[in-house]
Amino acid sequence: MPSSAAELGARGPGLDRVLFPKWRSVIARFARERSGAGARVLLLLLIGGGFWLGAFGIFYRVLKYLGTTPDIGALLAGRILSMILLAFGSILLLSNLVTALSTFFLAKDLDMLVSAPVDWARLYLAKLIETMIHSSWMVVLMLVPILTAYAVVYRGGPLFPLAALGALIPFFALPTVIGSAITLILVNIFPARRARDLLSLVAIGAVGGVALFLRFLRPEQLSRPEGFRNLVDFVAELRTPTHPLMPSDWAANAIMNWLQHVADPLPLMLLWSTAAAFIVMGASLHSRLYPGGFSKAQEGADKYVGGPRWQAWMAGLLRRLPVTRREFILKDLRVFFRDTTQWSQLILLAVLLIVYVFNIRALPLYTGERLPYMLITLVVFLNQGLAGFVLAAIAARFIFPSVSLEGRQLWLLKSSPLDLRAMLWSKYWVGTGPLLVVALTITVITNDILRASPFMMFLSVVTIACYTMAAGALALSLGVLYPQFDTENAAQIPTSFGGLVFMMSAILLLAGIIVIEARPVAAHLQAYQMGQETTPFSADLWWAVARVFGLCALATLYPLQRSLRRLQALEV
Amino acid sequence: MIQLTNLTKRYGKFTAVNEISLEIPAGTLYGLLGPNGAGKTTTMRMIAGILRPTSGTVTVAGYDVVRQPMEAKQRLGFIPDRPFVYDKLTGAEFLRFVAGLYGQSGSEVDRRSDELLELFELTPWKHELTESYSHGMRQKLIISSALVHRPEVIVVDEPMVGLDPKSARLLKDILRHFVGRGGTVLMSTHTLEIAEVMCDQIGIVFAGQIAAAGTMDKIREQTASGDASLEELFLKLTGGLTERELSAVLGS
Repeated sequence: MPSSAAELGARGPGLDRVLFPKWRSVIARFARERSGAGARVLLLLLIGGGFWLGAFGIFYRVLKYLGTTPDIGALLAGRILSMILLAFGSILLLSNLVTALSTFFLAKDLDMLVSAPVDWARLYLAKLIETMIHSSWMVVLMLVPILTAYAVVYRGGPLFPLAALGALIPFFALPTVIGSAITLILVNIFPARRARDLLSLVAIGAVGGVALFLRFLRPEQLSRPEGFRNLVDFVAELRTPTHPLMPSDWAANAIMNWLQHVADPLPLMLLWSTAAAFIVMGASLHSRLYPGGFSKAQEGADKYVGGPRWQAWMAGLLRRLPVTRREFILKDLRVFFRDTTQWSQLILLAVLLIVYVFNIRALPLYTGERLPYMLITLVVFLNQGLAGFVLAAIAARFIFPSVSLEGRQLWLLKSSPLDLRAMLWSKYWVGTGPLLVVALTITVITNDILRASPFMMFLSVVTIACYTMAAGALALSLGVLYPQFDTENAAQIPTSFGGLVFMMSAILLLAGIIVIEARPVAAHLQAYQMGQETTPFSADLWWAVARVFGLCALATLYPLQRSLRRLQALEV
Repeated sequence: MIQLTNLTKRYGKFTAVNEISLEIPAGTLYGLLGPNGAGKTTTMRMIAGILRPTSGTVTVAGYDVVRQPMEAKQRLGFIPDRPFVYDKLTGAEFLRFVAGLYGQSGSEVDRRSDELLELFELTPWKHELTESYSHGMRQKLIISSALVHRPEVIVVDEPMVGLDPKSARLLKDILRHFVGRGGTVLMSTHTLEIAEVMCDQIGIVFAGQIAAAGTMDKIREQTASGDASLEELFLKLTGGLTERELSAVLGS
């Protein structure tokens, strides 16, 4: 026996050694991103900075406003912070459920770690820390501008970040321990991959439910002149979810105590002692259930194959297509609908569309007063922009990742006589076809709600159809130009740099279209107001439509050609 | 059937394949040997059209892989060393999809798929998702997919990895039978015994170049190695560790 192995001791390598590959990977990734990617970093900084500034500005104003009412201002500020932390805590619980499944049961390093002489408690702590970082980093980034606003308004001082961290670390640890424990129990009941499907579905359903719930609270009422009164009512009504035993309340109280210079260590003591107790209980559960659960996770793969009827129906529908294109479309549809992590995103899409239509319905346009034609036309015109943004978000989620998802199978596509044009064609229509249906449906429905004139209905439908075709092409092409072949989770691909570039390109295209159409619409309104117009379908309008068509055709064909060349030159 | 002319592949300053020239006639089973990182997989991926050569040409059945990729690939079946397939397709669907990539469909494809699945003993799992397959089952599925369109040339990278002895024997028989009927096989392997028994010709790649090529007798002649075994020839050409060096590494 080599002496070095013997010297390792009975408990095996330390926590730092177990986590070594992870933090080295993070450093290597940062180093790689830094080299030769100045523009990328600058863009991310600009967008991130813009978001931070925006969030900071909103919270600064709200807190300043609340500060003008000395009696209840600080109470409301604390209540708002508690509500934010409650919302983040709920999201973290769901996110930890899904993340723990990967880190504890499906990660690639587990075979090595489990077979190595690593003490179970260290493995548990290492994986718990990894789960916490993976699931909480985005929430931390979102909290930074919010807590900065609190610190500025209440003069938190230079040590405030440490005080906030002192409250937030145990607060974040709690959902991580609970989420990991639930996952551990689920994996012992279901096979891991089935549990992942179940968890993704539950998590996405819950996120969708929360979004709908928040929307139906009609927060826009807060912006009315009597808003402050409504805010008090609003907060009072939402008092029910808070409770003396809620960790979000403890964290909010700990932070507010620091900000108001109140020397009350109880909330912090509650947070740290509860987190420590939960970690001990989690570790105990881990020591009992993990070996069995890990073993089960290695066995469980999905064998279920569903939907033979729709497949036969679809194959019949596509029978006139060339065989390569038909088989490609069928393959893409099968893979999409059999992967819960992908199709479950349709729930979010439905929520997004319901919220969008609800927003249009909630516009205070038809409140009994006689509305000028001009205002309605203007709202319908600007609605195109909103619909365009929603469609871009859908394209980013469903079309942008489609080529990246071929990742590991590209050897097959590149070594076969597949005409890559056929592949692009199939992926374009599989994504853009349904998107076009969604686009036209929401345009017609929202225009109907807004009681748009036939002129605006025509313009919207033509515009949104052209834009959707171009947005689909842009999403697919930028997905080829900025591929994420190593990412196995489709939901992570749109949040990459390429996804950001796509969103910005789509918004630029949308802005271009609105600028082109603004002139004939303005001219139409002016003529209408002066009573000079005979028909809104003027030469100006047709010229604008032709230019929009030309712009969208360019934004469709040029990126597709570029991406085809890129695919042909791609080496895997 | 396969012709490589001054084939070179560079990644930045690193040259993975350096001016390799090789001709493999029809009806030949050609073994490509070499240590890890010698350039075997890169060469095979260039033949399959997955990587583009930095310079030089590859022709398959008389068609240039870069200039006439469709014609060349139509005649080629490629079996990679790592069996990545679509997890959410069943074995039968995967074979039908691959046949579709070669423009083939219909009952003939279904019949051929069934034959191949039966041959590799995958029939009981043909309607199950490939994510439930073992490594060996995936490897067998990929071998089936390389045969489903009836290629003239097979390029196979490490074919025996993950196969059980019965399937390995079956694959050997299939490849020999394929060559016997006029097909061409280019196979890379680290199992020298297999190469020695199966291959008509052998090429030993070292540091991106062909160190020796031809029949066993020809290589022995080239290297003045008397009646040395393939293992001895391989170590002589590629430099193996001496017993003293091995002892130093193992610390005994």
